Amino acid sequence: MSENAGEAGAVNTETLSNEPIIRIEGMNKWFGQFHVLRDIDLTVYRGERIVICGPSGSGKSTLIRCINRLEEHQKGAIVVQGIELTGDLKQIDNVRREVGMLFQQFNLFPHLTVLENCTLAPIWVRKTPRAEAEELAMEYLTRVKIPEQALKYPGQLSGGQQQRVAIARSLCMRPKIMLFDEPTSALDPEMIKEVLDVMVELAETEMTMLVVTHEMGFARQVAHRVIFMDEGQIIEQNEPEEFFYRPQSDRTKLFLSQILSH
Amino acid sequence: MSDIAKNPDRSFVRTENIPEAPPPISTAGVAGWMRANLFSSPANTALTLLTFYLLYLVVPPLFEWAFIDSLLEGESNKDCRGIEGACWVLIPKRFGQYIYGFYPEPERWRVNLTFILFCLNLLPVLSDRVPGRTFAALFLVFGFPIVAFVLLHGAFGLESVPTHKWGGLTLTLVFASVAILFSLPIGVLLALGRRSEMPVIRTICIAFIELWRSVPLITVLFMASFMLPLFTPEGVNANELLRALIGFIMFASAYMAEVVRGGLQALPKGQTEAAMALGLNYWKSMQLIILPQALKIVIPGIVNTFIALFKDTALVSIIGLFDLLLVARSAVTDPKWLGLEHESYIFAALIYFIFCFSMSRYSLWLERKLDTGHRN
Ligand SMILES: Nc1ncnc2c1ncn2[C@@H]1O[C@H](COP(=O)(O)OP(=O)(O)OP(=O)(O)O)[C@@H](O)[C@H]1O
Ligand SMILES: [Mg+2]
Repeated sequence: MSENAGEAGAVNTETLSNEPIIRIEGMNKWFGQFHVLRDIDLTVYRGERIVICGPSGSGKSTLIRCINRLEEHQKGAIVVQGIELTGDLKQIDNVRREVGMLFQQFNLFPHLTVLENCTLAPIWVRKTPRAEAEELAMEYLTRVKIPEQALKYPGQLSGGQQQRVAIARSLCMRPKIMLFDEPTSALDPEMIKEVLDVMVELAETEMTMLVVTHEMGFARQVAHRVIFMDEGQIIEQNEPEEFFYRPQSDRTKLFLSQILSH
Repeated sequence: MSDIAKNPDRSFVRTENIPEAPPPISTAGVAGWMRANLFSSPANTALTLLTFYLLYLVVPPLFEWAFIDSLLEGESNKDCRGIEGACWVLIPKRFGQYIYGFYPEPERWRVNLTFILFCLNLLPVLSDRVPGRTFAALFLVFGFPIVAFVLLHGAFGLESVPTHKWGGLTLTLVFASVAILFSLPIGVLLALGRRSEMPVIRTICIAFIELWRSVPLITVLFMASFMLPLFTPEGVNANELLRALIGFIMFASAYMAEVVRGGLQALPKGQTEAAMALGLNYWKSMQLIILPQALKIVIPGIVNTFIALFKDTALVSIIGLFDLLLVARSAVTDPKWLGLEHESYIFAALIYFIFCFSMSRYSLWLERKLDTGHRN
C-alpha cells in the first residue's frame, strides 16, 4: 500500500475502447429475504481495469460472482460478451470459458500437480491436445515465475506460489475477462507483493480486470476506475486519483480513512 | 562454541552456521523405535510387559495345537482318537467343497479360469503400473459379469451348471465381488443425487437410501427369496441367486451412498466453484475434481463397507445358498466328520481373514500413494 502520490493517475483512460464487454442493468439479488445487491448498473469496457472496494459484507464478492454466474441474480440483466446470463446452462458455460476467476482461498485442485491444474480445463473444456495444453501451461507458469514447480502438488507450495499458479491456471483458458476476489488477503505480507506484481504485469496485457481488493497502492497503479460499494449498492465510482483524493460521499470518506490509517 | 552462544542472556549475533547432523542413535534404529514406542513411560512399559506375557500364554499352545500335535491326513474322525491338537483331516478331503460347493468336478476349471480372468481384469484397476485403468474398470462392471456368467453358468456349448450347484468360496466370492463392484458406482450416483438441487431426484435418492438402510439385511434376503416370487407374474421368476444378489446390491449401495456423501461434504465449496469458474460442466467437474478427492477421503470408509459386505455374504446361508459358511457347517454334520467343528470353522475363518485383510492392506497402501501432502 504505497502512499506514493506521484504515481497516482498514471493510468491513461483516454486510450480505452468504448466497446462494452460487460453490461449490468438494474440488477438485484437476494439471499432468501436478504437484499444483497440493489439496482446495480455497471458497464465495463474492453480492456478496462476496475477495482472494487467497500466494507465487509457490502456485496463485493457477490457482485463479481454474479458475472460468471457462481451466484444467480433475480432481477435485471447481466450481459457478458453479448451473452445474457439466464438459466440456459449452455450459455453459462460459454460465459465461464471467457471469464477467469481468482479466489481468496486459491482453490487449486490438491489432487493434481501444478501442471495438471493448468492443463485440465484447456484439455477438457477447450479440447486442446495435451501436448499443446502443456506447452501453453508452461508458458504461463513461466510468466508467473514458477515454471520449476510444474510437477509439484499445490500442497507443497507457499500461499503466494499457489495464488500465482491459480492465475496461470485461469490464463490457460485464454479468458477475455479476469475476476479477482481479494486474491491477496489470505497471504502473508511478504507474499502479497509477488502476487500483485504478477497482476500488474497482467494489467499491461490489456486484460479486462475486475478486482475486489483493499490494496490501494495496486488500485492507484493499475485501475482505470475505482468502485466503492456499501450495503449492496454502488455508492461512488471515479478515477483513482479523484476517488482517493477527492471522495464525495461521507461513507467513502469514512471507509478510506479507516483503511488508509494503518 | 562460546558460553554466550549456549546461553545468550545478553545480546547475541550468530557468526557461524551450525552444521547439519544425523539424529542421535536413541531416536533411530530398532533400539530407538522400541524406546519410543514400547518403553516410553512406566505405564507404557508395564503394558508392553503385560502384552508380552499374554502372548506367551496364548501363542505357544495355539501353535502346538494347530501345527505340532495336529493331524493332517486321515480318512474319518476315527483317526482323530489320541490326537491332542487339531484334527485337520476333513480339510484336504473336503477341500473341493469348501472352494467350489457342488460345482461338478470336471467343470471346476471354469471357476478357476473365471477367477484368474477376474484377477487379470482387476490388476490395471488396482495398480497404476499396468496401463488401461479406465477401460479395465468399465469392463469390470459392464463386460466381466457377462464373461463370468457364460463361464460359470455355461452357454455357447459349455455345459450348463445351474446356480444352485454353486457354492463354497466360489459363491461367496461371486456374491462379494458383484456386490462390491456394483454398490460403489450406484452408491456414488445415489450420493450425488442426494445432494442434487433438483427436488425430485433428491427425494427419490433419499427415499431409496433411507428405505434400504432401515431394513435388516436378513429381511432383505428373505424378501428377495420368498416374498418377491409371490408378486411377480409366473414365468418371469428370476433365478434365486440373482434375486438375493440384487437385494444385496441395493442394501450395499445405500450404505455406500452415505459413505461417499461423507466425502462429498468434506470437500470445501471452493473446489466446485473453481471447477465451474473454469467452465467445467457438472459431470466433468464431478469426474475430474470432486469425486477423485471425495473418494480418496473416504477410502477407509469404503473399504470398511467392502469388508463388511464380504463378511455379510455369510448371511445368504440363511436362505439356503450354499456359501462358504454353510459348507463349513454342513461338512461337520456328516457322521464321518462329526466333532470337527473347530477345525472346519477355523479353516473358513482363515479364508475370510485372508480376503478381508488383503483389502485392508490394499486400502492403506492406496491412501499412502494418493497422499499429495495436502491438508485441509
Ligand atoms: N450464500 C449465502 N447465503 C446467505 N447470505 C450470504 C451468502 N453469501 C453471502 N451472504 C451475505 O451477503 C452479504 C454480502 O456478502 P459478500 O460475500 O458479497 O460480501 P463482501 O463484500 O465480499 O464481504 P467481504 O469483504 O467480507 O468478503 C453478507 O452479508 C453475507 O453474509
Ligand atoms: Mg468477499
